[in-house]
Amino acid sequence: MTSIVTTAANYLIIIIFAVYTYLGFHVFKKKTEEERRHIYRIQALSVFAISFLAYTVLYLHTESLELLLYYGAQTMFFLAVLIAFPMIYKNCSRLLLNHLCMLMSVGFFMIARLDLERSVRQFLIAVAGVLISIFVPVMINKAKFLKKWTAFYGLFGFALLAAVFLLGSVTGGSKINVTVHGITLAPSEFVKILFVFFIAGMLHKNTSFRRVAVTTLCAAAHVLILVLSRDLGGALILFVVYMSMLYAATKKFSYVGAGLFCFSGAAVAAFYLFSHVRIRVLTWTTDFDVLKNDSSQVSQSLFAIGTGSWFGSGFCQGLPETIPVAVSDFIFAAICEEFGIVFAICLILVCFSCFLMFVNSSLQIKDNFYKLVSFGLSVSFIFQVFLTIGGDSKFIPLTGVTLPLVSYGGSSVLSSVIVFAIIQGLYIMKRSEGEVHE
Amino acid sequence: MNKMKKEVKDNPKKQPRNNREILILTYFFLAIFVAFIGYLIYFQAAHGEDMANSPYNRRRQNQLAQKVVRGQIMDADGEVLAKTEIDDEGNEVRVYPYGNLFSHVVGYSMNGGSGLEAGYNIRLLKSHASIFDRVQNLLSGTKNIGDNMVTTLDRRLQEAAYYGLGDSRGAVVVMNPKTGAVLAMVSKPDYDPNEIGELWDYYTSEDSQGDSSLLNRATQGLYPPGSVFKVMTALAYLRENDDKYEDYLYECTGSINIDGEVINCYHNEKHGTVDMKHAFAESCNSAFVDIGYHVDKQTLIRLCKSFYFNSKFKLPLAFSKSSLAISRATTTYQIMQTVIGQGETLVTPMHMAMMISTIANDGKMMQPYFVDHIENDAGTTIKTYKPKQMDLLLTTRETEIMKEFMTAVVQEGTATSLRNSGYTVAGKTGSAEYGTKKGSSHSWFICFSPVEDPQIAISVIVEGAGEGSAYAVPVAKNILDAYYYD
Ligand SMILES: [Zn+2]
Repeated sequence: MTSIVTTAANYLIIIIFAVYTYLGFHVFKKKTEEERRHIYRIQALSVFAISFLAYTVLYLHTESLELLLYYGAQTMFFLAVLIAFPMIYKNCSRLLLNHLCMLMSVGFFMIARLDLERSVRQFLIAVAGVLISIFVPVMINKAKFLKKWTAFYGLFGFALLAAVFLLGSVTGGSKINVTVHGITLAPSEFVKILFVFFIAGMLHKNTSFRRVAVTTLCAAAHVLILVLSRDLGGALILFVVYMSMLYAATKKFSYVGAGLFCFSGAAVAAFYLFSHVRIRVLTWTTDFDVLKNDSSQVSQSLFAIGTGSWFGSGFCQGLPETIPVAVSDFIFAAICEEFGIVFAICLILVCFSCFLMFVNSSLQIKDNFYKLVSFGLSVSFIFQVFLTIGGDSKFIPLTGVTLPLVSYGGSSVLSSVIVFAIIQGLYIMKRSEGEVHE
Repeated sequence: MNKMKKEVKDNPKKQPRNNREILILTYFFLAIFVAFIGYLIYFQAAHGEDMANSPYNRRRQNQLAQKVVRGQIMDADGEVLAKTEIDDEGNEVRVYPYGNLFSHVVGYSMNGGSGLEAGYNIRLLKSHASIFDRVQNLLSGTKNIGDNMVTTLDRRLQEAAYYGLGDSRGAVVVMNPKTGAVLAMVSKPDYDPNEIGELWDYYTSEDSQGDSSLLNRATQGLYPPGSVFKVMTALAYLRENDDKYEDYLYECTGSINIDGEVINCYHNEKHGTVDMKHAFAESCNSAFVDIGYHVDKQTLIRLCKSFYFNSKFKLPLAFSKSSLAISRATTTYQIMQTVIGQGETLVTPMHMAMMISTIANDGKMMQPYFVDHIENDAGTTIKTYKPKQMDLLLTTRETEIMKEFMTAVVQEGTATSLRNSGYTVAGKTGSAEYGTKKGSSHSWFICFSPVEDPQIAISVIVEGAGEGSAYAVPVAKNILDAYYYD
């Protein structure tokens, strides 16, 4: 019985997710609001359907009552988000809301399958994040001071990173976390947002050489302190975000060229200075034939992906627990193993659809500050996705960052929810002015 | 994406050219993601199965084994070499109907596995049974039947090699030089894979280490190549003296002295005046030291490198890298030793089979392979393995000259026992001294046949056969007789 349900659920989940992904792009072809609404409803139902199938399988394998309670709570939560949020904010982006729920849901059940306790913790933080984010659009719309706090964003962000550098605990060779009163935080997740606001504040009006030079120095300080904490993934994200925002603000490719030039130098230096960078780059250049006879992190990840193949071994049928840090940095490999590459490609497309929605808001906003904020957040999001999925599959060297909304990590999920809320705020702002349609 | 473009076009005023940079970067990320998805598909198609089959991924493979009855391994004619039987109590037993005959090449699936059983572990644990069967199995809770693997192995040749080698230690590899298909592979001493469970403790214990029965000598045994290496030396010389090699003459007095270092011909035999062909045919050490001494070290090193000395190639069985130990710093004596296959050079029988096959196949080195195709339990082909060329290493002229030399070995040289067999053979004998004790040597023979249109290539080594290369040639003859007359 269990095996029949597991097998059937596996294929159903893949099919539903593929349809969901397709609709996410297909919706743009629809002319009328009515037609689009219809598609959004189907998508929202898919979130519940996939969640239902996943927890059915999980229950059959664990027979844990706690799990049923947890499933109930999650369903209530998604119902609330998908129904209440559009009621409060009529002009929000439904597509983005669906994506938010879908990505969180996949993360919840994948983590629950590996470690139920952590999944519950992740869920509670997500609930808190959504509660906070209800106020974010109001802030965006009403608070005119947001543009004026530039110095605060920069100083506060830098101070947070400095605190990590001075007080942080070392995990996996890098300092990312700080523990305060028993609560472990990864401040760099929030600094990404502050950093985007800071750069936007600096460059939205004035892009004189002097201004750019000062901004670059401040950005470099952020990046440098992350490098000193050996959070190279975080440093890389801030660097790419800065270069993208600088290019969008100044429209001068020469700045990007100079940035890339410095980056090449820094990359070579990092290769020789940091042994773990060297190891990761060397692993990346190693042939599959050699990695096959190896038990490194990346090999383990590739074994999982290779064994899962196109349609996965089925939920609760693989061995994702043998992948190192499967709940966070390697969750993409765990998903590939149990749901297969077809599902994983859909997941990537959903992330990319989020990115397009982010960029879309940026394109439509006339206010240069928010245009830059929105674009900076877009790049930050998609580049982080790229680092984690690329690293897990040896497309690029491993950097050890999380998959936004899916990976385990309170700070990560909280900051990602806030980012989605900020973008929602921008959509709401523009649509209330009656200018923008999706 | 289209949507955004359209919006920009539709509202040229509303969308100031402010957005150009944002769009450029968006397309940039789009390109990266398209590339990534392409990569992921490529990875799965080209390397996914290989990765899944890693010996470090045994836990996942064992998990598959709980859902699938391991498939069969068959020879080229469909004769079963390994199958899984289920007894009355539902226990699965792996059965090898031919016992010791295929022990190393087919291997065993227990205790970590070896041979093709390990090399294609995940393949045998996948089921492409019909969807109807699978649904039925799912409903009834029975295991699916795994796919069967049809190998390139030829039972007749395997038997000829196996019995030809007799009780001697050693190894044989038989290949189709044109495709790289391995037709037979024997290593002795052997073992019965049916009893691997009971005998495991013995085979892995200290007492049996000297036997190393589990070791597949054909792919993992490292031996000094002896005179067989003269093939490489001759090729290096030809590469440097393409138009002059026919003028080469050497006066053999039974030994050669360079800078006070002396190398003797076999049994100090005086070969008299020899040209290159006769030096090769009669395996004159003195002449070959002279030839090798006149070859630029770099030419020889480069040639050997191109022939996969010191490097790995793709093989589904565990194998050792052949090693060539010369460099710029090598002393004259070491060079003198190396060019006649003594010294520190070590090769595997498999590698020598690839070397001779390359010559037989007009310089094209083929990827050795063992599996012809995979079929499901109903006999429908699931996947076919095609011959693959690894490299083009020699010119037609070079292979023609080598064929002439190797024919001379059989017609008038050290392997004349094959002269009147009713088929044409070209080859090279070798006798490799090992250890410090005089007179302990391995007997080598590599050959292909028929010379005009090679269909079969053989590499034989008989360990510690005593004196001379006379031991390996009869093994090859046994295989060739079976190939032509059975
Ligand atoms: Zn001689």
